[in-house]
Amino acid sequence: MLGTGILKGMVETAKNFAGSYHDPERLTTVEYPEQRIAPKENARQFPMLIHDTEDPMKGLRCVACQICEKECPPQCIYIVKSKDKRADYKGQMQFYPATFDIDISVCMSCQICVEVCPFESIKMDTEFELSNTDRFGGLLIHKEQLAKSNEHYRKIHPADAAASDAVLAAEVAKAQAKAKADAEAKAAKAAAEAKAKADAAVAGTVPAPATSTAPQPTSPPAAPAA
Amino acid sequence: MTLQDLTQAMGKPTFQRKAEVIGIGREGELLEVAMGPQHPSTHGVFRMDVVLDGETIVKLKPVFGYLHRNHEKIAENTSYLASMPYTDRLDYFCSLTNNWAYALSVEKLAGLQVPERAEYIRLITAELTRLLNHTCLAGFLLQDMGALGTPLMYAFREREKILDLIESLTGARMMCNYMRFGGCRCDLPPGWVDAAKKVVAEYSKFLDEFETLLSGNEILMARTQGVGKLSAELAVSAGVTGPMLRASGVDYDLRKVDAYGIYARYPFRIPLGTHGDVYDRYMVRMLEMRESLKILEPALKDIPEGPVVDPKAKLRGFRPKPGEAYGRIEGPKGELGFYLISDGSPNPYRYRVRPPSLINLTVLEDMCLGQTVADAIVSLGSVDIVLGEVDR
Repeated sequence: MLGTGILKGMVETAKNFAGSYHDPERLTTVEYPEQRIAPKENARQFPMLIHDTEDPMKGLRCVACQICEKECPPQCIYIVKSKDKRADYKGQMQFYPATFDIDISVCMSCQICVEVCPFESIKMDTEFELSNTDRFGGLLIHKEQLAKSNEHYRKIHPADAAASDAVLAAEVAKAQAKAKADAEAKAAKAAAEAKAKADAAVAGTVPAPATSTAPQPTSPPAAPAA
Repeated sequence: MTLQDLTQAMGKPTFQRKAEVIGIGREGELLEVAMGPQHPSTHGVFRMDVVLDGETIVKLKPVFGYLHRNHEKIAENTSYLASMPYTDRLDYFCSLTNNWAYALSVEKLAGLQVPERAEYIRLITAELTRLLNHTCLAGFLLQDMGALGTPLMYAFREREKILDLIESLTGARMMCNYMRFGGCRCDLPPGWVDAAKKVVAEYSKFLDEFETLLSGNEILMARTQGVGKLSAELAVSAGVTGPMLRASGVDYDLRKVDAYGIYARYPFRIPLGTHGDVYDRYMVRMLEMRESLKILEPALKDIPEGPVVDPKAKLRGFRPKPGEAYGRIEGPKGELGFYLISDGSPNPYRYRVRPPSLINLTVLEDMCLGQTVADAIVSLGSVDIVLGEVDR
C-alpha cells in the first residue's frame, strides 16, 4: 500500500522522540559552556613547551635545536637560539631558545613537532578555548605563554607523561653513570700515573718521555664532562 | 589568422554558434544559471553552470578549483613525512583512508614492511571510516532532497560514536594524521578494542533503524529511482570507481582486486546495483556498511599483540632510493591512489593524487541531461564528493 513506508518511518521518529525524554542512549548532546565532556587522553590541540623548575623560563627543556622548526609542515614555529649556554636537567651545558614563537593561526595541530623532538620538550596541550580579539599578535604565542609545567602535562596525558619521565630518568641515569665512569677512569689513570712516577723514582732513572706525555690526556676528558 | 578565418576553420560562423548557445530558434529562451559556489546543496565550493530549457537541463558544466591549495606542489617541496598531515585535508571525512593510501605508496617506494598489529589497526580504522562516510552521505543525500534535519541528525549521532573512537585513538576527530610509513603512530589505548566492539555491535541496530526510516520511504523512492542514471559502459570508460561504479553493476572493488593489507583474510561480499540510478547508489552504500561490519567484527577479535611500526622506518631523514611507486586503496569514495617518484632526495620528485571524487564528478553532465534542477542536486549528492579532494 502506498504510504506504508512513510508510516513506518514516522513510527521510527516517534520512538526516537519519546526516547529522548527518558533513554540515556538518545540524550547525546551536552549543554556546552556549563557541561563539559572530559577530553580524551590522546586529545591534542596546540603545542606547549614543558618546563621542570619553578621559574618557567629557566627550566625549559628546549635546547633550541630547531628540529621542530625544520620539520613543521606549515612552518609555524620560529626559534632564535641563545648566545650563551646554561645547564639543563642533567647538568649538561646547552643552548636555550631566546625566542620561541608559534603562530597558532597557522599551526594545524599535526603533532609532528612532538614526534621529532629528541628532548621530550614540546608536547601537545588540550586547551581549546583560545579565541582572541587580536587576530595578529593574539594568535602569535610566545615562549612565556607556551611554557607549561610538567605537572600540567602529567595531568592531561598521564600515560605519555609517564613514558616521557621514564625516558628522561634513563637519560639522567646514563649521564650519571657516564660521569661516574669518567671519574673512575680519571682516578684510575691518576693512580696509574702516580704509580708510574713512583716506579720511576724507585728506578732512579729519568724516563722523560713517559712523564711528559702522561699529564696531557688528563685535561681533555674534563671538557666534555663540563 | 583573423577571427573570421578562425571561425571558418571551425566550420561555423560566430553568430550561428552564439545563436545556438542563447537558444534562438527554440520555442522559449534558454537560461544559463550558475548554481554555486555558494549554493548550499553543492557540498562546498563547487559550481554547476547549468543551461536550462524551462526546468530541464540541456547543458551542465562543473566548475571547480575554488578550494585549490596546491597540495601536490607543496608535497614536492616538503619531506615525505610532512605531507602526511596534508593528506588528512584531501577528503576530510575519511582522513584515515587517505593516510593509508599515502603510507601504502611510500611503503612500496621504500620497501618497508608493516607489522601484523598495524595491519589490523589499519583495516579496522579504514572500515570505521567507511561506515562514517557512508552514514554521513546518506544523511546529506536526504538533506539535499529536502528532508531537513531528521536523517542527517540520526546519521551525525552515529558518526559521533565513531569519531569518539577515532579521537581516543589518534587524538583528533577529523585530522587524524595517524598512519606512518611502516605502521601507525601509536598503539591502541587501553580499552579501545572493547569500546570499538561495542560500537560495531550496536551499529547494525542503527542501520536497521535508518533503513526502516528511509529505504522503504515512497517519497525517497519517487525522488531517486530512475534519476541520474549512469550506464556501466560510460562508468567504466570514464574511470568511475567506488560505490558509484558498483551501483552501475560493475563488480570492481580494490579490496578484492588488489587484496591490499589483510583484506584477503576476511570474507565479505560486494553489493552491486542493477539500474545505476541514485537509489541504487544509496542502497549499495547501505549494504556496504553491513559488509564492513562483517569485516570489523572478526578483525576486532583477532587483533594480535606486537609492535605497530616497522623498526627500520625512520621518522627524520627519510630518503627512499630513486624509483617510482603507485599505491592505491579502495577509499569510501572510490580508488584513491598516490603516485610518487623519488630521486633519492628527502622530498618526492613528483607527487600525484588520484582523487576518486574528481574523477567520479566527470560524468555528472551525462547523469543530469534532460532532467530537472532538483534531480541534478540529488545526482550530485549521490556522487559523494568532498571538495577538499576535488580541488586539492
